[in-house]
Amino acid sequence: MAASPPPSDTFNVLWLQAASCGGCTMSALAADDTGLRRALERFGIRLLWHPSLSEESGAEALAVLEDCAAGRVRLDCLCVEGSVLLGPGGSGRFQMLSGSGKPMKDWIARLAARARHVVAVGSCAAFGGMPAAGHNPTDARGLHYSGWDLGGALGKGFRSTSGLPVVNIAGCAPHPGWIVETLAALALGGVSAEQLDALGRPRAYADHLAHHGCGRNEFYEFKASAARPSDRGCLMENLGCRATQAPGDCNIRRWNGYGSCTDGGYACINCTSPAFETPSGPFQETAKVAGIPVGLPVDMPKAWFVALAALSKSATPQRVRANAHADHVIVPPARRPQKLP
Amino acid sequence: MTATPTRLIVGPFNRVEGDLEVTLDIRDGAVTEARVNAPLYRGFEQILLGRPAADSLVIAPRICGICSVSQSVAAARALAGLERPDIPANGTLAANLILAGENAADHLTHFMLFFAPDLARECYAARPWFAAARRRFAASDGACAGTLLPARARFLHLMGLLAGKWPHSLALQPGGVTKAVDAGEKIRLLSIVAEFREALETHLFAAPLEAIAALEGTAALEAWVEAAPPEQGDFRLFLHIARDLGFAGLGHGPGRFVSSGSFGLFAPGVWSQGVPSDFDPARITEDHAHSWMEGGTLPPSAGQTRPAPDKPEGYTWCKAPRLDGQVAEVGALARQVVDGHPLARALIAARPGGSVHDRVVARLLELARLIPAMERWVHAIRPGEPFCAPPAAGIAEGGSVGLVEAARGTLGHWLTLQGGHISNYQIVAPTTWNFSPRDAQGNPGALEQALAGTPALPGETTPVAVQHVVRSFDPCMVCTVH
Repeated sequence: MAASPPPSDTFNVLWLQAASCGGCTMSALAADDTGLRRALERFGIRLLWHPSLSEESGAEALAVLEDCAAGRVRLDCLCVEGSVLLGPGGSGRFQMLSGSGKPMKDWIARLAARARHVVAVGSCAAFGGMPAAGHNPTDARGLHYSGWDLGGALGKGFRSTSGLPVVNIAGCAPHPGWIVETLAALALGGVSAEQLDALGRPRAYADHLAHHGCGRNEFYEFKASAARPSDRGCLMENLGCRATQAPGDCNIRRWNGYGSCTDGGYACINCTSPAFETPSGPFQETAKVAGIPVGLPVDMPKAWFVALAALSKSATPQRVRANAHADHVIVPPARRPQKLP
Repeated sequence: MTATPTRLIVGPFNRVEGDLEVTLDIRDGAVTEARVNAPLYRGFEQILLGRPAADSLVIAPRICGICSVSQSVAAARALAGLERPDIPANGTLAANLILAGENAADHLTHFMLFFAPDLARECYAARPWFAAARRRFAASDGACAGTLLPARARFLHLMGLLAGKWPHSLALQPGGVTKAVDAGEKIRLLSIVAEFREALETHLFAAPLEAIAALEGTAALEAWVEAAPPEQGDFRLFLHIARDLGFAGLGHGPGRFVSSGSFGLFAPGVWSQGVPSDFDPARITEDHAHSWMEGGTLPPSAGQTRPAPDKPEGYTWCKAPRLDGQVAEVGALARQVVDGHPLARALIAARPGGSVHDRVVARLLELARLIPAMERWVHAIRPGEPFCAPPAAGIAEGGSVGLVEAARGTLGHWLTLQGGHISNYQIVAPTTWNFSPRDAQGNPGALEQALAGTPALPGETTPVAVQHVVRSFDPCMVCTVH
């Protein structure tokens, strides 16, 4: 038996897990320290079905999906978590939707055609993500993109019935705030194409860089770099940090109350960008040519970077240099009486 | 009475992590045979091939969003097996806290979001406890999750502090952790754990954690249940319902329990029909007879993953791990039985294969044991002393295994390096054990055994008792096949 039809004034969201690890949902469950369902209800959003939160299982769940695909229940938003597997040989058999005898890719195509909005939750659904790494053994795609290129599982020219492209809440996993705020903005009706960046990511978070607000800022300024895991220094020069290139407000807001990748002591791997899963070298080592990192801060001319890095290294206070190579503060800031004018 | 069995294909199974389909042969209102299908294959073992060794620390956690830390720990331990770092005490304590944080959060998530909502289904409307079950456990607005989901979110602040974020952290390294804890952060950690303890003691147990951990047998458990009204704590309400629905008689597994041990708190070993023995990972093999995989039976150190989607004997992407050629069950019940907790041993003495009741009880018992241990570990942290040993240079060749206890059981990563790059990587996850298919000898996997005899009533398209049995294992299907 299908669930009772939703009231007409709710914003109906159907959430499917394609080839996912479930991590986007796990991240979302902690939304606003209150839980996903409650965080969404505040905006009139109703989850028609969600793999972790709904009662309906088996035939009841298939009935919900069928009602949406047939247009019997209004589908305001289709959320897909996980990449879409086209393999083997275009059959989609690497992921069959249980109990339905049909590949997940076909369900997604049918439902996306009915949806007012289509949202890719996480970098897998956006660009292919980790399953697309290496030689991509399952022919994993994003909904709209395959890596940097248009042409995911839904085709290059896809538009949902609202006219918007797929909204890509990229991130591995995305911050729960990105998920809630994007869905809320869609429910409030205030999202236009101008509010998405060139890759369909909501500019509300993608116009920032993960570097903004990084707690290692002083070490970055002086190029006082960490040399090994747990060092407090800047992670860019040696340990592979891509925060100066990575879209995201990761260090402006907190993750799980207190954290961020760089606050946790490890490199940003640029998980909001296409192809982050296949870097040119090891994730935790900075690729360099002639001692200069290959991936420079975005918008920064190389010559200036080199010049400023040399200058700031020569100006590094001893305190900053010492603390960069320790896991706790070795030298505290000097304490002197404030000079009066 | 029906002469021929009817076949029922059940899916999609929600409130399990990932994709699951179960094929049931039913006769006379009960399951005669079950076949378990993990219908998603992503190819992580293929993706890891050729990558620089330490890239496993980024890739492996992304196998699973709910046991991400467990995957990180297994990957780090596999690397540590080659590098042999001298992990500082703080590094072990912080890693224990991160892993225990995930295990504890997962146990609570399983109870309140995945398992208990089935007790509030309309099919139980005639039971005397139904109104209470609706109030506490309903999937949409039950008060249990309404109260404890925010508590879980605030408990995960521990992850923000120690691991940067959850899921998918890079904080866990072969030599320890990347984040040192200072004196102020140590106090904050104590506050986080104290707040979670308070939520569990108020709502889930309505009792001190130590009182739950001290339950020394079935009589003590019964006495505890009777000592207060049924709605005094969600654990007590569950036990009342479990008694009425006969959960102790439902879902008997193979009766061979395996644990690799955890935190130095839960001992490793094997418990088979009352007989203890040592756990030796070298005696594990993976059988492909009914998997959509090429190749025969091999130990994971030499194992391969080559999909064969058209293999006629196959019915799942899951391989069939066996210990000494035999089926085993892993998870919280296995850990507590192997460790010798008196309540877990008493449950198993009554029913050697365990049951739906026993698995849920063991999970919550373990939760009650984990939180006090976490408090001790936070107290033991010494700010100012090291948290991570420097990485070893030049380890380029060799084989190693990293074992860890995820919330749902024993997880192993078998790593082989050549020229500093990964030349083989095999993962055997908890639900690979529990939800494995038949092997070449025709022996069904643990869930397949547990489902035999489960009631499937006329008119049920998704038999509710089958759902109880399946969810009692807390399956993580994304880890299962990876």
